[in-house]
Amino acid sequence: MTSDTKTANGPADYESALTSGPQAVAAFDDHRHGWGQKIQHTLHQTPSLVPLIVLVLSVIVFGLLLGTKFFSPFALTLILQQVQIVGIVAAAQSVVILTAGIDLSVGAIMVLSSVVMGQFTFRYGLPAELAIGAGLICGTLCGYLNGFLVAFVKLPPFIVTLGMWQIVLATNFLYSANETIRSQDIAEHAPLLQFFGSKVNVGGAIFTYGVIFMVVLVLVLAYALRQTAWGRHVYAVGDDPEAAKLSGVQVKKVLISVYMLSGLICAFAGWAMIGRIGSVSPTTGQLANIESITAVVIGGISLFGGRGSVLGTLFGALIVGVFTLGLRLLGADAQWTYLLIGLLIIAAVAVDQWIRKVSV
Amino acid sequence: MIRKLLATGSVLAAMAATPAVAADMSACLITKTDTNPFFVKMKEGATAKAEELGIELKSFAGKVDGDHETQVAAIETCIADGAKGILLTASDTSSIVPAVKQARDKGILVIALDTPLSPVDAADATFATDNFKAGELIGQWAAATLGDQAADAKIAMLDLAISQPTVGVLRDQGFLQGFGIELGDPNKWGDETDPRVVGHDVTQGNEEGGRRAMENLLAQDPMINVVYTINEPAAAGAYEALKGIGRENDVLIVSVDGGCPGVQNVKDGVIGATSQQYPLLMASKGIEAIKAWADTGEKPEPTPGKDFFDTGVALVTDKPVDGVESIDTAEGTDLCWG
Repeated sequence: MTSDTKTANGPADYESALTSGPQAVAAFDDHRHGWGQKIQHTLHQTPSLVPLIVLVLSVIVFGLLLGTKFFSPFALTLILQQVQIVGIVAAAQSVVILTAGIDLSVGAIMVLSSVVMGQFTFRYGLPAELAIGAGLICGTLCGYLNGFLVAFVKLPPFIVTLGMWQIVLATNFLYSANETIRSQDIAEHAPLLQFFGSKVNVGGAIFTYGVIFMVVLVLVLAYALRQTAWGRHVYAVGDDPEAAKLSGVQVKKVLISVYMLSGLICAFAGWAMIGRIGSVSPTTGQLANIESITAVVIGGISLFGGRGSVLGTLFGALIVGVFTLGLRLLGADAQWTYLLIGLLIIAAVAVDQWIRKVSV
Repeated sequence: MIRKLLATGSVLAAMAATPAVAADMSACLITKTDTNPFFVKMKEGATAKAEELGIELKSFAGKVDGDHETQVAAIETCIADGAKGILLTASDTSSIVPAVKQARDKGILVIALDTPLSPVDAADATFATDNFKAGELIGQWAAATLGDQAADAKIAMLDLAISQPTVGVLRDQGFLQGFGIELGDPNKWGDETDPRVVGHDVTQGNEEGGRRAMENLLAQDPMINVVYTINEPAAAGAYEALKGIGRENDVLIVSVDGGCPGVQNVKDGVIGATSQQYPLLMASKGIEAIKAWADTGEKPEPTPGKDFFDTGVALVTDKPVDGVESIDTAEGTDLCWG
């Protein structure tokens, strides 16, 4: 019976039915028109566009106000140097926030990792290569703990990393006895620790290895998040973990990998920080968690997960850097910087909400 | 590491054992944090003196600098505990006053260490470094070292925080006065009109902040040749920024604190001169004063001409100049803390 039907309405019929049907690929009809919708749509497609526009505009405005004092290769690359640590940490933060999580322990992990690198070299006399390896492992392990508690114990990321922030910071102070290792001693005995402080000078523009590392890291992450299966899974988990699970994504593994990666990147930030400030100081960089979240939000990554681009985060960090240096050069009270950054944060979330409406 | 753990263990054991020996009289030490080497040294000084005089000492500290709540709770605990005296390094110098008043009303002697309360007479006494004097010494040294060039110096001021806490203002204004620059309102920085001051920026008193602030000021004027810094970590950061543009050898950096890494930096020529303060002395004098109060009911007197008891300050440098008294780094190392 069934076989008869099959023969009667054979495959050829399906083909003809198909050709007679509409040829266009399924698409959402966009009945709205006008500039507002078009801009909204473009921004929806390219989430890093908003911070890029703000960045370019602020550079132009400060350039007009300050002239060559600001618009010189020296000053512009100085901004890069000043945001490199926050930029690297914010890259780690971005990946976590894409999964709809948050990592409040990034700054603490960074400081502890740098302290491990310093103490392993100077307290235990290990070669710098091994000490750096130990520091990187330390950061990754802290991240693993975060990831395990989030993915398997199913605790909210905010709580887990809030606790981890304090634990790691306390460990940092107890372990280091809050002793600073001096820049001169490091330069003499373990210059590798200051590797990221080395510079390349291109016609007045000064790039440190730390800055180059930040840019390369962001590009690699942007590629991995866009083009690899792992990257798409990160977005999927952030958008809707249940749906991701049902479509075969190993949600727990993805979460753990994300927090471990975050920890590892923070450890690299710790290494870069030794390059920047010369010494190993247990008290530096404690506000990096807030500064990194600021860069992520201004950079247009949604705190609700699953949306945004790590390139935007880099622009977000740079916007803060441009404002800070520009306002200082104008002689403005530093409070104005905080006030404007506060406004930017709120504006960025407002824009994010507005863009979201395009898909409603 | 293991030895360190064992040492910590024995200290804990010793602490547990002391109350049995001298339970009749107790005192409290409340510091801003227990991780800053400055306060660690303070605690050491107080603990040693208390042991010597047979006083039971309880130590408290905020979780971070600025943790006012924990300090209030600590004062309340000390009142409940029936302490004879409290040594206090306040995080919030005016908000702590009501809690201090409660303690004093119960007959407890309260001594402010290092940081004067506002108003200063809210405590029975203040044992501190003369921060204005500390700044003045490095100002005088910098001016004398530059000689004729002091007339067209370009000065960067690396301060503590935007909120202009008293300690930062006093050091800053002291330096300017010592250098020979006319002050505006001596209670705040940033209102001078002398063109030699390139600008002020804030460092949070650490290396990262020091570097950033120095870079910002160098972007305003790359020919800066004198750098005042609030403390030695900020100075170390400023030095890195100068090294970044290859000017580390032709800029004079001065600082305040006298911590061991800082004195070492003076020895190495990173910092030209630093003013050293003595936390250990503040704490041990404080314990002695509590003992005297308990025995005779006498309150400590301030140093004549000042509204606090001056625990002294010394200029540490290996390049002494005429007219400014100083000690060399060898002596500074013997007296340093941290």
